[in-house]
Amino acid sequence: MTGDAPGAVISIRNVVKTFPDQQGRPVRVLDGVTLDVLAGETLIIMGGSGCGKSTLLNCLIGELVPDEGRILYRTRDCDEPRDITGLDETGMNELRKRFGILFQSGALFNSMTVAENVALPLAEHSYVDPAIIDIVVTMKLQQVRMLPHRDKMPAQLSGGQKKRAGLARATALDPEILFYDEPSAGLDPVTSAAIDELIMDLSRKLHVTSVVITHEMDSAFRIADRMVMLDRGRVLRIGPRSDFERLRDADPADLSSPDDRLIHQFLTGETTGPLTDADGLSEYEKQIIAG
Amino acid sequence: MNGSAAATQGYGRAGRGLAALGRAGLSAGRAVTAGLEYLGGAGYLLFDAGMWLYRVLTRRARLSASVFAAQMVRVGVRSIPIIVLVQTFIGIILALQMAPTLRDYGSLDKTANIVAIAMFRELGPLLSAVVLSGFAGASIAAEIGAMVEAEEIKAMRAHALNPIRFLVVPRITATVVMLVGLTVVADVVGVLGGLGTAVLVLDIPRETYLHNTQIALTYRDFFTGLVKAGVFGGLISLIACYEGLNVRGGAEGVGRGTTATVVKSIVALIATDCVFTSVFYLFGL
Repeated sequence: MTGDAPGAVISIRNVVKTFPDQQGRPVRVLDGVTLDVLAGETLIIMGGSGCGKSTLLNCLIGELVPDEGRILYRTRDCDEPRDITGLDETGMNELRKRFGILFQSGALFNSMTVAENVALPLAEHSYVDPAIIDIVVTMKLQQVRMLPHRDKMPAQLSGGQKKRAGLARATALDPEILFYDEPSAGLDPVTSAAIDELIMDLSRKLHVTSVVITHEMDSAFRIADRMVMLDRGRVLRIGPRSDFERLRDADPADLSSPDDRLIHQFLTGETTGPLTDADGLSEYEKQIIAG
Repeated sequence: MNGSAAATQGYGRAGRGLAALGRAGLSAGRAVTAGLEYLGGAGYLLFDAGMWLYRVLTRRARLSASVFAAQMVRVGVRSIPIIVLVQTFIGIILALQMAPTLRDYGSLDKTANIVAIAMFRELGPLLSAVVLSGFAGASIAAEIGAMVEAEEIKAMRAHALNPIRFLVVPRITATVVMLVGLTVVADVVGVLGGLGTAVLVLDIPRETYLHNTQIALTYRDFFTGLVKAGVFGGLISLIACYEGLNVRGGAEGVGRGTTATVVKSIVALIATDCVFTSVFYLFGL
């Protein structure tokens, strides 16, 4: 009995992750997170600063091991779901070959050209001829419209180009799942929209499942199939994009539930509401300050 | 002051004294714990790097020869000019420092013996390692630290690429090999520095100097120096990689890691050299 939903590629069950605060007292950054990522969908994970979305991403990619709970992956190469909380490094590395990650900064290897960055996972995890690798690299760079920049070093690229090159590297091994960590952060609106189009394009063409961590709402509403709102380490709401569009466009006075009002404030970016009080501090921030 | 007040004051002083003692004990305990944690972490890194090196050597893991070559050039070849400069000066200093005393004993020509033994056994490996800790150690720590901050290490792991294999193994291997090579260069230029000084300043004939150098040196002197150099190279690169991988806190953290690498390397080098010299002395090597 695995407890994962039908069609779920990733099933997160009661995941808890605790970190010590400055006084050494434990703070639950993830407090029993449970959700499913369905095959082929683009799921947006959003929430305010410190809500636990980056910690959740780190748990999903095996950078952090949850204190409690399970994270089950159901990939095409394995009939049975794999719980990554119990995987050793070798097992985790096998699974890592099934997913790609676009980091916030692009995280290109600065000592290598763009083409070498894309070629590295292929050269390391396959035994194909260098000529074939070169063809694949050309295709991947063409896919993200970075072919003219293949011989440039990362330091010579703009922020948007770094992300596109990072995306080419993330798709090098034809992953089943793509994780995006703040793909629009630090980009101008036009470049941000271009990256969003690229994400949707890759999702359609490669049939990948996409998990996007963001708090850029314009971008989130453009690319989402479903959305998850995290607050204080818990899942506040999960549902289709239309649910969140309805909450965004609603009059706050018509929203009876405190959670709905909080989500509305987050989605619209209003400065007053349940997320903030008169001092501009959230309850969570006040709790932390009060100790 | 009545007796009760004096007693209270006495208890108060004793209490404060005990509290100070407790705090000192606590901070000493914390320092010991931090030291053990550091040793454990660096030891594990060495073990992990050793296992990867074994896998690479037995062809169970791949690592491009060009990666090693690039590190050897960076660590070793680029350090040659500075090593040559420093060790020539050391040879000159040694000759000039020893000359007055040896002249008093009528053994000025023995300057060659002292310079040769000191360079081959001690100063060749030790000072080359000290120079390399500032030149290559700091650069390794800064490079790896910057990679940590730019999420490159995280990206490596995310692509199922092991950073120990890719970053640590080539740097440790290159530093060990190149420091051994640099020590040979250092030994030779140190002796040449002494020779120049002897001939030009101390009026010792060139033939006498070279003859005495040849008599003074044994293969044992040469090889014990090289063994030291290999261990020193391992220490410098291990500390640099460990500090680099543990960088936290942006540019400031990279700066802290770089400084810590140089300081800890120099302390570790001198402490290890002391152990080596004691062991060699005890066993007559």
